[in-house]
Amino acid sequence: MKPAPFAWERPASLPALLDRLAGAAGSVKLIAGGQSLGPMLNLRLVEPDLVLDITGIEELRQARIEGETLVLGACVTHADIEDGRVPDLTGGALQRVAAAIAYRPVRNRGTVGGSLVHADPAADWVSALIALGADVEVASLSGRRTLPVERFVTGALEVALEPGEILVAVRVPARPAGAAWGYVKHCAKIGEFAHAIGAVRLEPDAGRGRIVIGAVEGPPLLLADARPLFGGRIGPDFAERFDGRAADAALAAAGMTDAVERHVHVTVLARAVAQAAKPTPLSLREAA
Amino acid sequence: MSAEGVGAPLPRKEDDRLMRGRGQYVGDIRLAGMQDVAFVRSPLAHARIRAIHVPEAFRDRVFTAADLDGVQSIRAVSGLPGFKVSEQPVLATGKVRQVGELVAICVAPTRAEAEDIAASIVLDLEELPAVHDMLAAREPGSALVHEHWGNNVFLETLVDIDIESAFDAPIKVSRTISTGRQCMAPIEGRGTVVQLDHRLDQLVVHTASQMPHIVRNGLSECLGIEQGRIRIVSPDVGGGFGYKAILLPEDVALCWLALRLGHPVRWLEDRREHLTANANCREHHYRITAYAERDGRLRGIDCEAVVDSGAYSAYPFSACLEAAQVASILPGPYDFPAYRCRTWSVATNKCPILPYRGVARTGVCFALELVLDAVAREAGIPPEAVREKNLVRPDQMPFENITKKHFDSGDYPQALARALTAIDVKAVRMRQRSPEPDGRRIGLGLAIYCEQAAHGTSVYSGWGIPMVPGHEQASARLTPDGGLELRIGAHSHGQGLETTLAQVAHEILGVPVARTRLVHGDTAMTPYSTGSWGSRVMVMAGGAVAAACETLRDRALRIGAHLLQARPEECQFIGGHVVGPSGDVPLETIARTWYRRPQDLTSDTDPGGLEVTAGYKPQRDSGTFSYAAHAALVAVDPDLGAVEILDYVIVEDGGTLVNPLVVDGQIYGGLAQGIGTALYEEMRFDARGQPLASTLADYLLPGAAEVPMARIEHMETPSPYTRFGQKGIGEGGAIAPPAALANAINDALAPLGVEMRHSPVTPRRIVEAVLAARVGPERAREAA
Repeated sequence: MKPAPFAWERPASLPALLDRLAGAAGSVKLIAGGQSLGPMLNLRLVEPDLVLDITGIEELRQARIEGETLVLGACVTHADIEDGRVPDLTGGALQRVAAAIAYRPVRNRGTVGGSLVHADPAADWVSALIALGADVEVASLSGRRTLPVERFVTGALEVALEPGEILVAVRVPARPAGAAWGYVKHCAKIGEFAHAIGAVRLEPDAGRGRIVIGAVEGPPLLLADARPLFGGRIGPDFAERFDGRAADAALAAAGMTDAVERHVHVTVLARAVAQAAKPTPLSLREAA
Repeated sequence: MSAEGVGAPLPRKEDDRLMRGRGQYVGDIRLAGMQDVAFVRSPLAHARIRAIHVPEAFRDRVFTAADLDGVQSIRAVSGLPGFKVSEQPVLATGKVRQVGELVAICVAPTRAEAEDIAASIVLDLEELPAVHDMLAAREPGSALVHEHWGNNVFLETLVDIDIESAFDAPIKVSRTISTGRQCMAPIEGRGTVVQLDHRLDQLVVHTASQMPHIVRNGLSECLGIEQGRIRIVSPDVGGGFGYKAILLPEDVALCWLALRLGHPVRWLEDRREHLTANANCREHHYRITAYAERDGRLRGIDCEAVVDSGAYSAYPFSACLEAAQVASILPGPYDFPAYRCRTWSVATNKCPILPYRGVARTGVCFALELVLDAVAREAGIPPEAVREKNLVRPDQMPFENITKKHFDSGDYPQALARALTAIDVKAVRMRQRSPEPDGRRIGLGLAIYCEQAAHGTSVYSGWGIPMVPGHEQASARLTPDGGLELRIGAHSHGQGLETTLAQVAHEILGVPVARTRLVHGDTAMTPYSTGSWGSRVMVMAGGAVAAACETLRDRALRIGAHLLQARPEECQFIGGHVVGPSGDVPLETIARTWYRRPQDLTSDTDPGGLEVTAGYKPQRDSGTFSYAAHAALVAVDPDLGAVEILDYVIVEDGGTLVNPLVVDGQIYGGLAQGIGTALYEEMRFDARGQPLASTLADYLLPGAAEVPMARIEHMETPSPYTRFGQKGIGEGGAIAPPAALANAINDALAPLGVEMRHSPVTPRRIVEAVLAARVGPERAREAA
């Protein structure tokens, strides 16, 4: 299990990286934490001609608050978030998601940007950041653009990156006042990729809510208007109003034919809703 | 018991280096001029080889079957009547019969370059229908793994002891029960480094092995060179569990390659090779019927068992070890009057099945203990009542069971009773009466097994496999400064032998454990042994070390008596000293005298001196019977299928414990593997015989979070047949957990009409069964 030969470079700045990316002949892969790409290289599932290590670019490792938005550089690690080394505007939601990703050694190296770009449907950030209403910021030599995570992740292991583009940051909006957050995943064992993810951000005061059903075959299923899952109305009694049959129907409509799988996803989603209804902050263990 | 002798809970000496990362494994060996090997392996489960295209540039770095002049296939023949022989080629010839089968050797200065060469080789294969299902493999018209056999059955056996007498029993419970295919997954995979020693005219084979001497037998036979030209060195071994008891084609290939090229060559198995090409184990299928009285007393057990043996008969245990063992050990620790068992060892297009810790016992225990719980439910009595009615009683010891197994000693009902008390069965049943606040369901599961260990010549000679254990030998040598060197032919792959055998020697000679060194894992330096398998080393090598040390002690006593100017009859050997009427003399002085001041010895001193090789067999070689009662308490989430182990109790009897800490460690490790079998580990194959897990992301092993801190209680009923009363216990921890946990899950889910009968009991399988039961009980049974 050794990778096929490849060239390796570590640009020191974003312009240098974008230049190199634009000018490279042959196939190129970017590496940050390498927690997915490393094994894929070793298994020869990918055989790039050039690997560009982006962890030397200071800008990508920074996090900051811009008004009502938290901006996480692509190379911020899960552990940076778990340990509170980056600011937060989500009321601890990001921290709880980060703390339950895989195992600590994976969290030490794995990055939020890398996880999104890899777009494994079972990964945590893909679902959690869509539920949080986050955007990604993408850069190339011709400039920058921003798009919602749900439009960035287009399929299993597929994202809307054009040649020469890289994901530079994730922009997470502040948690609206009164918003309730729930995130539950189901794994056969701790650290395993999830078999089902339920992520909910509900605003009972505003009567709104976003729901994501993740760890499905394709990209996560987003219900940007979650009211149909609550009998048409999201209010303070949302936990009692949650309608599992409506969720089941939504999954069936989305093409999930396996009734057992739908049952597991609906159960996990119901628990995420119940978690959101809990008044007290959850322990990390419970959130996991 | 002295502070360091038999029974002392000493921390393991070897852990000082192992836990500091200073162990020396095959992968740590660096030799000048060494090159790495990568194999081209079959991507298909069953195919005819039309051609192997090797790029011109690599012609001198790639070798195929056509190059292997004079190398014989691996043949692991059983003498049991009707056994069909498989020829396991070192490199595939004509056909490939499993994914991962070796097709070509590629050699290069580094493994990465060798893999580059391997990637450039094109195989022209004509795919054949894969035999992937052992039940379908027995049907007429199935594709054939070995055409000339005419069918796919390695061996069929039948035992029938008056089964018809049970047919009128008021309770008859039939179940189909099965265990998934697994991989053994020691932390260290296989690895072999071979060099030529021109001075000694020897192939020096460094390989991670549990049984160096058996590897030498096999290599000599396959390579056609005399044993004296082969030396096997097995350094630290990072877990074996049976996988490292096997001669692999890779080992033979590396030896041939070193002879051909003249420079050292190395192959280190990677995890993908491990998971997809080797190390398969456990896949059993049972149709089992229990006949019983209404009070739970068993009248008979009737069983048809099928084992998926894979493509080839693995050396030296053969393809029929599992199934033949099933027939002989299925009755477990229970006494009942009628029995029938028919078994089939079936060839399929999968990796050969290999003996994994517990060997067939884990599957047998799973089948029998699950069906006993089904009897309890049918009879409307608690599961412990069925076991109490049928367990062998202490007043029957020694006891010969229905398949003529000779139980040496023990109090099985006491183990059960203590386990029930420790898990607090009354409190559990109270708790089950009211719903849990979190909606989960609580269940209690029991499993009891016995583990025949250190069984010897009389047992294995009947099987006629390439390896029959006889006397075990050990050498003991005092050094001139009074230290002790022990040599055994078995090898430690994690058992702590450097500590426990030093304790045995200390018991007799009084030499401090810190001053006793164990030399093992090297055919050039140790007596012949069949090696470490069958939970045999503490009984066999322990007995041999004791025997050697006793002779050494007697010789030392005579020298000491002379130094004390006393007659030997007047002297005693106490705590490392010879004590006479006028004083005492320590072993150090005796050793110094023998080696360095021979002028002080008398003319009638034993010329054998202070170095002894002694052989040992227990008084009976039919094996020791350790046993344990496992009790598991679980919480099951019926909607997600998640299982949490809330409590786990093990009451075990390993006879006299040489080192209780080491025994606990063995039990914890075995439990972790048993939990893997019960809940997580499964190597599935698709209809083309492709293994569906190639990394540890797909092949789930229990981790620290999944293994509870079990509570262990010891009973110590000595074996009447062994040197100190010790019994083999190495495999036991892995035997009962799948049965105990499945029974606990079934206890939890019984009110929902769910009964799980396949291991691993995964979340998916639980949810399937729960949902099916909501539709109707018939569906639930199918789903399980």
